Amino acid sequence: MAQVSMTVNGKAASGDVEGRTLLSTFLRENLELTGTHVGCDTSQCGACVVHVNGEAVKSCTMLAAEAEGADVTTIEAMANADGSLSTIQQAFQDHHGLQCGFCTPGMVMSASALLKDNPTPSEAEIREYLEGNICRCTGYHNIVKAIMAASGQDVSSIAAE
Amino acid sequence: MPKDGGIGASSKRREDVRFLTGAGNYTDDINIRGQAHVFFLRSDVAHGTITSINTSAAEAMPGVVKVFTGTDFEAVGGMPCGWQVTDKHGQPMQEPRHPILAHGKVRHVGEPVAAVVAETLEQARDAAEAIELDIAELPAVVDMKAAVAGDAPKVHDDLTSNLCYDWGFVEENKTATDEAFANAAHVTTLELVNNRLVANPMEPRVAVGDYARGTGDSTLYTTSQNPHVIRLLMGAFVLGIPEHKLRVVAPDVGGGFGTKIFHYQEEAFCTFAAKACNRPVKWTSSRSEAFMSDAHGRDHVTKIELALDGNNNFAAIRTETFANMGAYLSTFAPSVPTWLHGTLMAGNYRTPLIYVNVKAVFTNTVPVDAYRGAGRPEATFQLERVIDKAARELGVDPIALRRQNFITEFPYATPVAVEYDTGNYVATMDKLEEMGDLSGFAERRAASEAKGKWRGLGVNCYIEACGIAPSNLVGQLGARAGLYESATVRVNATGGLVVMTGSHSHGQGHETSFAQVVADMIGIDENMVEIVHGDTANAPMGMGTYGSRSLAVGGSAMVRATEKIIAKAKKIASHLLEASESDIELKDGAFSVAGTDKSVAWGDVTLAAYVPHNYPLEEIEPGLEETAFYDPSNFTYPSGAYACEVEVDPDTGKVTIERFTAVDDFGNVVNPMIVTGQVHGGLAQGIGQALLENCAYDENGQLLSASYMDYAMPRADDLPMFSVDHSCQTPCTHNPLGVKGCGEAGAIGSPPSVVNAVVDALQSGGKDVTHIDMPLSPARVWAAMQ
Amino acid sequence: MYNFDVETPGTVADAVAALGRDEAQALGGGQTLIPTLKQRLASPSVLVSLTGVAEMKGVCVGDDGQLCIGGATTHATVASEARAHYAGLAELASHIGDPAVRNRGTIGGSLANNDPSACYPAAALGSGATIVTNARSIAADDYFEGMFSTALDEGEIITEVRFPIPQAANYQKFLQPASRFALVGVFVAKYAEGVRVAVTGASNDGVFRWTEAETALASNFSADAVSGLALSGDDMISDLHGTGDYRAHLVGVMTKRAVAAAA
Repeated sequence: MAQVSMTVNGKAASGDVEGRTLLSTFLRENLELTGTHVGCDTSQCGACVVHVNGEAVKSCTMLAAEAEGADVTTIEAMANADGSLSTIQQAFQDHHGLQCGFCTPGMVMSASALLKDNPTPSEAEIREYLEGNICRCTGYHNIVKAIMAASGQDVSSIAAE
Repeated sequence: MPKDGGIGASSKRREDVRFLTGAGNYTDDINIRGQAHVFFLRSDVAHGTITSINTSAAEAMPGVVKVFTGTDFEAVGGMPCGWQVTDKHGQPMQEPRHPILAHGKVRHVGEPVAAVVAETLEQARDAAEAIELDIAELPAVVDMKAAVAGDAPKVHDDLTSNLCYDWGFVEENKTATDEAFANAAHVTTLELVNNRLVANPMEPRVAVGDYARGTGDSTLYTTSQNPHVIRLLMGAFVLGIPEHKLRVVAPDVGGGFGTKIFHYQEEAFCTFAAKACNRPVKWTSSRSEAFMSDAHGRDHVTKIELALDGNNNFAAIRTETFANMGAYLSTFAPSVPTWLHGTLMAGNYRTPLIYVNVKAVFTNTVPVDAYRGAGRPEATFQLERVIDKAARELGVDPIALRRQNFITEFPYATPVAVEYDTGNYVATMDKLEEMGDLSGFAERRAASEAKGKWRGLGVNCYIEACGIAPSNLVGQLGARAGLYESATVRVNATGGLVVMTGSHSHGQGHETSFAQVVADMIGIDENMVEIVHGDTANAPMGMGTYGSRSLAVGGSAMVRATEKIIAKAKKIASHLLEASESDIELKDGAFSVAGTDKSVAWGDVTLAAYVPHNYPLEEIEPGLEETAFYDPSNFTYPSGAYACEVEVDPDTGKVTIERFTAVDDFGNVVNPMIVTGQVHGGLAQGIGQALLENCAYDENGQLLSASYMDYAMPRADDLPMFSVDHSCQTPCTHNPLGVKGCGEAGAIGSPPSVVNAVVDALQSGGKDVTHIDMPLSPARVWAAMQ
Repeated sequence: MYNFDVETPGTVADAVAALGRDEAQALGGGQTLIPTLKQRLASPSVLVSLTGVAEMKGVCVGDDGQLCIGGATTHATVASEARAHYAGLAELASHIGDPAVRNRGTIGGSLANNDPSACYPAAALGSGATIVTNARSIAADDYFEGMFSTALDEGEIITEVRFPIPQAANYQKFLQPASRFALVGVFVAKYAEGVRVAVTGASNDGVFRWTEAETALASNFSADAVSGLALSGDDMISDLHGTGDYRAHLVGVMTKRAVAAAA
């Protein structure tokens, strides 16, 4: 066991971990931040995406020890300070961009990273960016729509209720 | 857009707030003080005899609590099968014993052989490697037709063969069907594979067992679509725990798609081990484990023949299907290729004679059971593919051939034992042609050709049977359970309601849509209604969510219970208003006396029920809580018409979906936004089956597609925006909401139109290709072109 | 995963020293290694993380005009910072894996692993790059030794990769539908001295140069030049996602498309 320290959602966090402890495990088990999900073991589904030093990474494919000193943000810190949904979260609700909710934390974290780099992405750019986030429920239609809406684009011409 | 809240409104989902903020409560988020973790040592061979198993080294490893093997479970039952099919000779199916941990033999890769309970999951896994396991490998059977050949190795030595059953439906029609074929003007034959799939809900399965020595109560937290069913099956048939001493909780569940219906060994193990170890025991599946332990779906090999008369009317259909059961019978496996498949072979068409033969086969593969659509996609695919092939052979328009044979009068009794109550297949096809702009296809094809791509249009219809269904009927068909649903509506003193339903929501949004229904009935804000589900300690009984049954059956139970509430509330109101009960009307959350301005608010009535100072105590009890059970009188029959346009890259064989239009008739719709989302998801899975997904084994029974590295999940850039409509509504005639079910339609309706479109595209490119087996991967399409 | 210690050196020298420990293994971005460890297919006793070695990060143009990329530079950094100098390489980097993978995965990690379906080996071989390690410089032509096999010695670290910048280059990747790795990927680069064509994803021997195509393209850098050429499917990977013949066919198609896009 070795001690690891980092900043998670703006607060200092530390704990004793094994070398093999994944960042996702550290978040879920040591810090009880269970909003970050693990849906595969081959680094493909993206349910575990968090931000490390401002960049989207798959927390199941990073060792907790590698996050020593890092600034980590998880889904639990994505809402507004008063607890209301952020623009991206609200767009997901408004446009039914989630069903079972399991992939959703990763989707929101990826969407947030995308919009930081590309404030008004096209439909194709969103679909390409989401290559590493698998959703089994929505068929992506409403996720893509929600991200376009969150970026301020007019989505009224895109079919759906 | 209809009024805010209530039936017909696209209310935003209340469950989203917790899911969007990381505050969901999925089973893997549950950690009980003192819990240990289990890792299952699974067979790495498909078929073999366990010659020795020595756990002593493992038991000495750090953190190990206890190691279990098959012998620890000799005193408990095997995994039960919930449906017994009777074969064409009137004999019951062959039903093998299905142990919790393998005993004597292993029969598929991934079968659990031993289990290590330890302080941490990694310690359990470390120790599992120290188990000395010797398996003498036996020849495996993987191919179904080979499995039923005379000299095939037997999966189960105590069964007579690998044939689970040989089912004929309707057996009495066989001779007449054969005669119709002999007299047909044209016969179209198609042999096809309905590819094996893995459901892959994004949340892998998890089970946490807990046992309280002080009370003798067991609790299981599990990723299930139907906690009551698990309680009944595991309690009564496996572990011998009476239902009042067993609580099953399915909290937030991250998708199901069928594969979380079934009772699995891991659930029984964790419940058993919690008592044996006297501490909570948790199992969390990895995705790799999920591929070899979640029940798979589909996997049919079919020959279908369509006989037509000289006027292109359908005269008869004859099919022969081999259906893979895998190594054991999963909970509802026998029903899928029979009663959920054979009964749908009429589709949307008048075909007077139909004969379906299904041979269910044991192989050394993971058990196969229901996956989104379950039997109905298999029926739809073969029917809609053979019709397309027939149209091409006859040189007629495939839409015209369908229209000519549509059922147009309802109710309609099919020759395969079901009666469609309502439908309007002409209307859905009209809408499809309009919405999909099918008349503009030629122009779009020319545009594709100009950039070097072949464009194809594929159309299909579908019918499904949902809302399973009358208990007395399914009992005759072999179900070992009733298929009603229950709901308890509890009104609080201040007027808010809690509805406890046996339906389970794992993405469908019941917490929102069910509340809309009750709010609408009473005329109150939907936020006054809370939906509680997923815990056997709350809902009285429940058969759970599958087969698109939640609103049609569970919703109907909720309506019935709410009707009882309203009836009693009217009695209270009539007392408060000093009027005759028959004059009391409920509207917009207030009771009034007809023809007067006298009224009393909903909240005043509910308060009176719990503070019965001025109350007719001699006539009715205080309180306002009612339970109803609803057992439907028939299935519901959603239907639709779908159109797919693809581009094929002639250089690589890659298929791109350019347009997809889905027109569905779901009867009445409670929340259009949610219904549309359900269709989107179904389409993605159907298109995934058609183009991407394939669960493959090699000849030795090794799983080749054992992770997302080889099992192609649809990703965002594989799919287009969908065009979806459900404005053609012929309400169901036999449930109080007039609803039909929408969860599976997209997955049932989409594969044939994709394949029809690709065949059309290849034909337009001068390739004489009449069929390609799914998935239509670039490699397969290119191979077909050569 | 089996348990292991994690070392996080800050310099190449410290990293090399740490890799001297028994059963030590270098950890780049971990995007391939960590999934491999999860399957317990490797059991290092210590993982030496290279992501904290500042001197192994970054993109610059050297005095000799070559593009120098530190071994611990992520795909995302290459995608953005190499674009002005070597667009074909940046474009390749911008399509490796997915955005989150690109934020962790490194060029050194990819080349050291030499996955037969990875993209970077095609770029390195197709560019005639030089693989610089803590001990020596290795020409790409000498570096790749077959599937998952390279000229690296135990404990040797890729500190830098130097790419001669071509007149034109393009990479065409045909995706394996599940993994999204290359079912076939072809990197074409045109230099004053000639054309290089490197193929990944296809061969049982890992990345390779398609010399017939190079010869044909040297005299006529157009898609037509390779139309008549064909590879045999016999030595190609044949699996669930495509036969050897299909891969051989795709090499031709992707080569033509790469040439057309580069020309």
